[in-house]
Amino acid sequence: MQPTRIQLLFDRLKNEGRAALIAYLTAGDPSPERTPELVAALERGGADLIELGVPFSDPIADGPVIQRGADRALKAGTTLPKVLEIARRIREKSEIPLLLFTYLNPAFQYGFERLARDMKAAGIDGCLLTDVSVEEAAQYVKIMRGIGLDTVFLAAPTSTERRLQLVAAYSSGFVYLVSRTGVTGERTALSESVAPLIRRMRAITSTPLAVGFGISTPEQAGAVAKMADGVVVGSAIVRLIEQHADNDGLESFARSLRTAVGQAEACPTAGQAEACPTGSRP
Amino acid sequence: MIMTSQPDATGHFGPYGGRFVPEVLMAPLEELERAYFEARNDPAFQAELTDLLTRYAGRPTPLYYAKRLSETLGGAKIYIKREDLLHTGAHKINNCLGQALLARRMGKKRIIAETGAGQHGVATATVCALFGLECVVYMGEEDMRRQRLNVFRMRLLGATVAPVANGSRTLKDAISEAMRDWVTNVETTHYLLGSVLGAHPYPMIVRDFHRIIGEETRAEILKREGGLPDVLLACVGGGSNAIGLFHAFIGDESVKLVGVEAGGRSGRLGDHAARFAGGAPGVLHGSQSYVLQDSDGQIALTHSVSAGLDYASVGPEHAWLHDRHRAEYTFVRDVDALAAARTLARTEGIIPALESAHAVAEAIRRAPGDTGKVYVVNLSGRGDKDTDIYRENFPELEHSARPTDGPGCAVL
Repeated sequence: MQPTRIQLLFDRLKNEGRAALIAYLTAGDPSPERTPELVAALERGGADLIELGVPFSDPIADGPVIQRGADRALKAGTTLPKVLEIARRIREKSEIPLLLFTYLNPAFQYGFERLARDMKAAGIDGCLLTDVSVEEAAQYVKIMRGIGLDTVFLAAPTSTERRLQLVAAYSSGFVYLVSRTGVTGERTALSESVAPLIRRMRAITSTPLAVGFGISTPEQAGAVAKMADGVVVGSAIVRLIEQHADNDGLESFARSLRTAVGQAEACPTAGQAEACPTGSRP
Repeated sequence: MIMTSQPDATGHFGPYGGRFVPEVLMAPLEELERAYFEARNDPAFQAELTDLLTRYAGRPTPLYYAKRLSETLGGAKIYIKREDLLHTGAHKINNCLGQALLARRMGKKRIIAETGAGQHGVATATVCALFGLECVVYMGEEDMRRQRLNVFRMRLLGATVAPVANGSRTLKDAISEAMRDWVTNVETTHYLLGSVLGAHPYPMIVRDFHRIIGEETRAEILKREGGLPDVLLACVGGGSNAIGLFHAFIGDESVKLVGVEAGGRSGRLGDHAARFAGGAPGVLHGSQSYVLQDSDGQIALTHSVSAGLDYASVGPEHAWLHDRHRAEYTFVRDVDALAAARTLARTEGIIPALESAHAVAEAIRRAPGDTGKVYVVNLSGRGDKDTDIYRENFPELEHSARPTDGPGCAVL
């Protein structure tokens, strides 16, 4: 099986010695027509990977900002087929890796086999379903991987060793580490749970590790980039979209994040996160 | 095959149930499951729970033969299981006492809960007062309006009622908000889920704490009638009172199990909460079951005159009983539930909760001509909390000196 765009990205960045900037936005917010140009702006600003959120009516893992984004997208008539169409339009102009990011029920109703086929055809590279535990994921992973798509799972500070091993085994492309217990949203301080979680996961897997939830400023992104292979920023972007930021505004915000991420030298080798704690260079 | 050993080791009832939650909650759910199995096998835990159920909550509840109602309808002999006579006014206290003891055992000092009709919220606030635990109850703004009295009762008991303004501002949104709180505060907090919903082990735990309803009914009806009942009827929102009544009878194939959902105002999606009539398999709030949803997998809005039945999904064990044809599920419209409440009030002097009135309505529909049959209706809650809604719907009673219709007596 050919490597996905996600896998190629992390291979390339490993050689460059920096972390990936991963940008989340809800597809269809504020309208399905706008999403491709917002993605293009994020890419111009330096985003390396786009998480394309499919809006869901009951997003239990999301804080108020992304909840409102989902509401706007649903009111604008966004459906899973429309998100696939949005992805096709993005892919016409860009090779940026795309990760579909949503809850189980829309995917379940669409059908996993049909979804995998249509994602592949639309140029999407992988999928993350926030409310699918690894225990419930066997069939879904088999179908996605079978067609050459990555499956990303969440690991959390509350995860036991046994669970971290399962998450690592089911994840491909990267593992998404949740920085703290809680829903998505901006926070003033970076959680102290991040460094220990990265350490524990490094001991288990060589799959790249991205950290998200609560990272909203260049400073926070830079701090995480010293420890992890990827930094996810979501709510801060959705908030800018909510405040009617134009494409240039979004691009310059992405650039500020990208600069901070680029200045942070990554830990030289996987498995040595202990050697580079937050705030100090290796 | 007798299905009393359900769920399986991973929390599934056939294809339903399971654990569909963000990873943050997975280890805490495993911890809860472990703690529950230990407690279940601990005689001291069981003894304390039994003592509280007896001396604090008022168990066992009467199984009352509704003679006048039965004779008026002219058919089946209708018994009423009086869960409405429990402390706090509904069956919900059974589960709350059990889970509060469990929370204490796990060292959790903060309790959160969701509520629709407010009965689970009141029962949660009550046990938190009893055990000295901090209590936050999430409640949709629409439900707060409909169930003002229960909002005040919760506050009087020392709980914080957190209004939820998302979505339909009803039970679904209250559960979502409670889950967000739990994701955030999981280390200090126990989520005292109020129905047989959510991720494993909740549907099993809540069912087990309500199983006593059916156990008492079974023992009592055998004494009184010398045999098993023919039909059991219970309303189904999440389905906790229904599974509590049904469970001790699942192996008795002669006993018909009837779950009654909210038919709302019409059969159109959005106008009811009849998940088996209008829904399809899906995943909401942690488990797989029947879900009211659109073709894109977005969860539908629901309507019922009774806040406690106004929810887009249903307990996974009910979905399994449905597919196995062990239980049948039907629905009753708002207007028929209201009428049934008035009939029960005037024939038996019992004002039911609007939720329970749905089960009463189905009994009223079936009983005429069903001579020789024995029915048991679970009266899961009392109607005090619904007085405002009854007033809105029976305006003619505000000023008339005597009842305008139905059996009854003039009050001078």
